[in-house]
Amino acid sequence: MFTYAPAPESRSIVNIKPSYGLFINGSFVDGGSAFKTINPANEEVLAEVAEATKEDVDRAVKAARAAFKTWSKLPGKERAKYLFRIARIIQERSRELAVLESLDNGKPIKESRDVDVPLVAAHFFYYAGWADKLNHAGFGANPRPLGVAGQIIPWNFPLLMLAWKIAPALACGNTVVLKPAETTPLSALLFAEICQQADLPPGVVNIVTGAGATGAALVDHPDVDKVAFTGSTDVGRHIAKAVAGTKKKVTLELGGKAANIIFEDAPIDQAVEGIVNGIFFNQGHVCCAGSRLLVQESIYDTLLESLKRRMGTLRVGDPLDKNTDIGAINSQDQLKRIKALAKIGSEEGAEAWSPPCELPRNGFWFRPTIFTGVSQAHRIAREEIFGPVLSVLTFRTPAEAIEKANNTPYGLSAGIWTEKGSRILDMADKLRAGVVWANTFNKFDPASPFGGYKESGYGREGGRHGLEAYLAV
Amino acid sequence: MPSKARVAVRKTYKLFIGGAFPRSESGRTFEVDGNNVALASRKDARDAVLAARAAFGKWAGATAYNRGQILYRAAEMLESRRGEFPAEEVDDAVDRLVWYAGWSDKIAQVYGSANPVAGPYFNISSPEPTGVVAIIAPSSFLGFVSVLAPAIVTGNTCVVVTPAAVDAITFAEVLATSDLPGGVVNILTGSVAEVAPWLASHDDVNGLDLTGVDNAELALTLEQSAAGTLKRIIRRSSPKWTDDPGIGRMTAFLETKTVWHPKGV
Amino acid sequence: MLALNSRTTKTAFDVASSDAALHRFLHGLPGVDKVGAEQRTAALSTRSIKTTAKAYAIDLAIRMVDLTTLEGADTPGKVKALCAKGRHPDPADPTCPSVAAICVYPSMVPTAAAALKGSGIHLASVATAFPSGQAPMAVKLYDTSAAVDAGADEIDMVINRGAFLAGRYLEVYEEIVAIKEACRSAHLKVILETGELVTYDNVRRASWLAMIAGADFIKTSTGKVTPAATLPVTLIMLEAVRDYVAETSRKVGVKPAGGIRTTKDAIKYLVMVNETVGEGWLDPDWFRFGASTLLNDLLMQRTKLATGHYAGPDYFTLD
Repeated sequence: MFTYAPAPESRSIVNIKPSYGLFINGSFVDGGSAFKTINPANEEVLAEVAEATKEDVDRAVKAARAAFKTWSKLPGKERAKYLFRIARIIQERSRELAVLESLDNGKPIKESRDVDVPLVAAHFFYYAGWADKLNHAGFGANPRPLGVAGQIIPWNFPLLMLAWKIAPALACGNTVVLKPAETTPLSALLFAEICQQADLPPGVVNIVTGAGATGAALVDHPDVDKVAFTGSTDVGRHIAKAVAGTKKKVTLELGGKAANIIFEDAPIDQAVEGIVNGIFFNQGHVCCAGSRLLVQESIYDTLLESLKRRMGTLRVGDPLDKNTDIGAINSQDQLKRIKALAKIGSEEGAEAWSPPCELPRNGFWFRPTIFTGVSQAHRIAREEIFGPVLSVLTFRTPAEAIEKANNTPYGLSAGIWTEKGSRILDMADKLRAGVVWANTFNKFDPASPFGGYKESGYGREGGRHGLEAYLAV
Repeated sequence: MPSKARVAVRKTYKLFIGGAFPRSESGRTFEVDGNNVALASRKDARDAVLAARAAFGKWAGATAYNRGQILYRAAEMLESRRGEFPAEEVDDAVDRLVWYAGWSDKIAQVYGSANPVAGPYFNISSPEPTGVVAIIAPSSFLGFVSVLAPAIVTGNTCVVVTPAAVDAITFAEVLATSDLPGGVVNILTGSVAEVAPWLASHDDVNGLDLTGVDNAELALTLEQSAAGTLKRIIRRSSPKWTDDPGIGRMTAFLETKTVWHPKGV
Repeated sequence: MLALNSRTTKTAFDVASSDAALHRFLHGLPGVDKVGAEQRTAALSTRSIKTTAKAYAIDLAIRMVDLTTLEGADTPGKVKALCAKGRHPDPADPTCPSVAAICVYPSMVPTAAAALKGSGIHLASVATAFPSGQAPMAVKLYDTSAAVDAGADEIDMVINRGAFLAGRYLEVYEEIVAIKEACRSAHLKVILETGELVTYDNVRRASWLAMIAGADFIKTSTGKVTPAATLPVTLIMLEAVRDYVAETSRKVGVKPAGGIRTTKDAIKYLVMVNETVGEGWLDPDWFRFGASTLLNDLLMQRTKLATGHYAGPDYFTLD
């Protein structure tokens, strides 16, 4: 038997402090109460983190407002240099960031190391280059920044979502107050140290840790000019409502229930990889996950057989092991939600299948799972599970595939697998989704705009389009 | 002695839904400048959204060239009937239609992009219409045309609510003779306060233009209600309609779709 | 997928009744997306194989080596030395396994056969006007049967790439069938020369063509063309044998050859075998490395694992 011996990444590269304050106006300050952040793979407490109150948020917004006066007037080429500096420091400290991200989030080190952190650095490099070229971005001459941006990010890609928010905001001349998710605050706090290391002027970036109440205080703050949120559609709705009647500009990156459509003439082996990557990447904690597999009936049996065989090779376990494919579910709460929806799937008559695999005793885990015999009426075909759970449906014709794919209030992403070029282009036209991956899935790039149709939110992050969210246009 | 004075044939101002001119299902009218005009109801709003949704696929799928031709045709029709519209606004309104007509096949080039991603992928972003847009039109005729044209030129279909019924319905006659497919523009004359909330809360409406809402309180409730399905919003404002409109009214109701494909032999 | 109408492989397939039929069949195989296939191998290459897993992999890789010399300058002396090396790759360590086979030109088969007698090591001979394959059919057949007569129990033939690329699939098929017959009981490895086929779609089609014509092994390269073996090409071939056995119940082996020089490379291949076709192919009967310099690197790494310090080339024989 070729059994892979444990290959753990060393965690000694990262130095986690016992407790962290809030990062306001360039330094760490005490907050009132504190909460614990744990390693979801073993439930070990990693650190205590301050919970920002309404007053703390107000301090942070004031610091950002004060900094805005000078930051927005700094020539673009000088702002750019700070962002380039940050990008470089991220590259230099990439291993440390990757290990910390995997510890706090539970994602496999191979993903934090090979996907998240490289994309974070790339994002800062990309937007750094825009800072002194805004006149040429297509938003008219001399486009103005908005002011203070309140940014709230989720726990699934903590550092990457931070980069998606902070890099364009700063490039355009805004200052920010960012709230990381309560279960994954640590990489944002390390980023705060990186801002210090880069000599970023105080108040340009402020990090306030906390839960929902902290986020609400930030959204409601009257001196915030821009709200950017990535997270659930429910919270997105609340934010849209909360900013109604104000002058705040809003962008929302919300949930999804993407169809991944496999035609009988697909490159099957790559399609299977695409399905696996589409739903099991980052434990399925991905808003654009390909969580609804639509298979053409004529290849259903062979495809399912290949998919199951491939799932049999997935390695679930220690996120720090370099050979782990699927890490820990980020929190007890999220695990409960996944389990509840999976239970509903079975109760509604769908058939669950998972490859045999042992799960660690401590921590939060869920086996990669597929549900077959799912119809559009099942809740697991409609609701976002946000876990490693795939619902498999079938279709007979391209028209039926489109109809089913679009039959959802979401519209974030979609996948098409076929070797026929004209079919790809026709399907891509008809899919109501912000990102369409043809013969690939879950690809991201700082130059490529990302964002949804319908209830998946509005606004785009990435590319030239991403600037619009942070300019008065 | 027989009178030579001819009795004029008066026009009945009805709603404009799905390319037809129906009365309000409620049977109600209100008076504008001595004319009885249809007073739209909640159910008229429902019918108008159905008509707009039904027209969306074909209109969004029409070629940009075709949409531009139709808007230009509307400009021609408006020019030929200029006497029926407010004299101080009609020239600008014609020019505005011509301006937007020209945008139909340029907006994707200006607002789309080819994205140089770090990998062997073809990657391109193009704008697509948001869907069905509800518009609360400002009362001026130029304002009405200036909110309507940018919404539809990119492929959206719309339901417009306005109390300024006479100009709006006369303009509907312009549209009806411009080869604009039925349902692309639907016009509900009547009370904004009565009809707009049904559109703001409607699950099958994707965008809401509040430009013409006079009342700040009402605008707030409408925006809050629209949050239920995360509609794209243009907030209320009173721009100077003769200014260069920019492209913001078009992009507010555009989605960006990014398509990836590997490059390999 | 296949119209299988008898148990024998030679005449079993309707799909091989004509060029047109073969074309329809081979072009009906699922396509390969190049970028996706290369990403899959890149992802597998990040597997970290340490300690016990590494020791296992190294010994397995040694047992899978077809230790090869295919030079114009080959002499009986060189071949004898190679055979000795194949028997005892690390004379200092009796636990070190021997290689799978010695691979030589036909003229060297008698020498090698004598040198390997009783060792259990297979003797492979390249044949069919290796490496170009550009010789009359009669010559190729004689080349093959002479090697078998002289003691080779494995034949590494080359396909007619010109015919393949020109779409004359039946010609390629019939040539393999004929050589297979000339092999008698010797195992036939069919070299696709993937570096000349260029696309992965072609590699997949050539793999199936060779298998339905009766190949016991499909092999990437002669080693005389660049690129030789690559991970993605081998992935496509592994997928082909996996799908073929599912279709026909006949198992075919895979041999990447050329360009595999380091232990790190070899382990990447083994990981790929493990996660593509599984345990069933992690055996010298079903997977081989065509290599020469690879062996010494395997031995150095093996020693490093055993002793705990880095090994130097002077301590390993150069044959």
